[in-house]
Amino acid sequence: MKYVDEYRDGRLARSLAAAIARAVDPSADYHFMEFCGGHTHAISRYGLEDVLPTNVRMIHGPGCPVCVLPVGRLDAALRLAGRPEVTLCTYGDLMRVPASHGMTLLRAKAAGADIRIVYSTLDAVRIAEAEPDREVVFFAIGFETTAPPTALAIRLAAAKRLTNFAVFCNHVLTPPAIQNILESPDVRALGRVRVDGFIGPAHVSTVIGTEPYAFFAEEFEKPVVVAGFEPLDVMQAILMLIAQVNEGRHEVENQYVRAVRRDGNSKAKADVAEIFELRKSFEWRGLGVVPYSGLRLKEAYAAYDAERRFGIAYVPAADNPACECGAILRGVKKPTECKLFGTACTPDTPMGSCMVSAEGACAAHWTYGRFRDRQRRAP
Amino acid sequence: MRLGRVDFGGVVKEVNLAFLPEADIGDFVVVHVGYALAKIDPEEARRTLALLAEAGAAAEAAS
Ligand code: SF4
Repeated sequence: MKYVDEYRDGRLARSLAAAIARAVDPSADYHFMEFCGGHTHAISRYGLEDVLPTNVRMIHGPGCPVCVLPVGRLDAALRLAGRPEVTLCTYGDLMRVPASHGMTLLRAKAAGADIRIVYSTLDAVRIAEAEPDREVVFFAIGFETTAPPTALAIRLAAAKRLTNFAVFCNHVLTPPAIQNILESPDVRALGRVRVDGFIGPAHVSTVIGTEPYAFFAEEFEKPVVVAGFEPLDVMQAILMLIAQVNEGRHEVENQYVRAVRRDGNSKAKADVAEIFELRKSFEWRGLGVVPYSGLRLKEAYAAYDAERRFGIAYVPAADNPACECGAILRGVKKPTECKLFGTACTPDTPMGSCMVSAEGACAAHWTYGRFRDRQRRAP
Repeated sequence: MRLGRVDFGGVVKEVNLAFLPEADIGDFVVVHVGYALAKIDPEEARRTLALLAEAGAAAEAAS
């Protein structure tokens, strides 16, 4: 595929690895966090950690939409789906995420709840139109990339004057989450996650641009390089981060210039601004309650807000205590440090959200990383 | 709402162009959950590849 295959070229990857090896200061350590689950997936799939010098460590970040949704929110969706008049529409990868008491949307569906998997937000609007006697609720999750399609669905439902369509909004924002990681007590008190720079997300940045990262690059003196999802993109971004660290710079740079513009996608941003406003705070799995990190519907669109319409009160719920997703999402633990990894917990029997989504660190490590661990251990 | 047909390496899918009204036939686009979010700039793509090759060549020359 054009604009994809070129960025997967193996020979070029090897010479880039050599360039990285030459660029690092052997007496220094480099810890870089890839915020986005898409990058986590690419790093595992192409084995990039194997070609990096040993003093360059990649830390997986919390940018996996399914992974960061807290159990309490999933419980609320299940309560909604339990109402006889409600049809809950959801993206497919939420179906198997464990909620409280081992419940999942998949199990609820098997038990008779009307839960339907949609590919696009507009499918949910279509269902509401076709079935006027159902209360259709779209279970909206995700970062700045999925908020615009949700906004568009609400606008469309409003234009069609649908009275049986609502959104259970769980959209979250990338910059506050990065800031939270930098300010988190784990980082400050324990000094366990040291992050020297960030690989900024690809798709999210096509929407928000590179500007929103400028504040914390400056404030926390951490370089940010926005990168594409292909292996050579990630390697070039790592090389750019190393150069910044070596030179004592902390700037926002854009490796993914072929798709990301400084101001992002103004059309998508305008749609989001029309429909949504910031919540004072929102709970994330792994990060806890993060100020001004989530979106909700504006008062003018209250009729389409499932939380208002169905009086959903948020009840926080505990994670499965054996699951280390929280620590993994903060970057303080690796999947293999979880006792359940690969034994009780596999993609077929996920115990935590990080094993469900392909972008989750546990799923990525199970699919691509395990055999490398084994090779490393073998004599 | 404008829709486009996008070829993902042989698999053609319908993609919503609401956020990329300027997309035209022959353009390469970044797609997320069924929506086109950005156009690929061929000139920037070429420049990135040239930079990659350059960094790699410098490393090879030095080793
Ligand atoms: S392996 Fe499973 S149980 Fe362990 S942290 Fe990952 S998702 Fe949670």
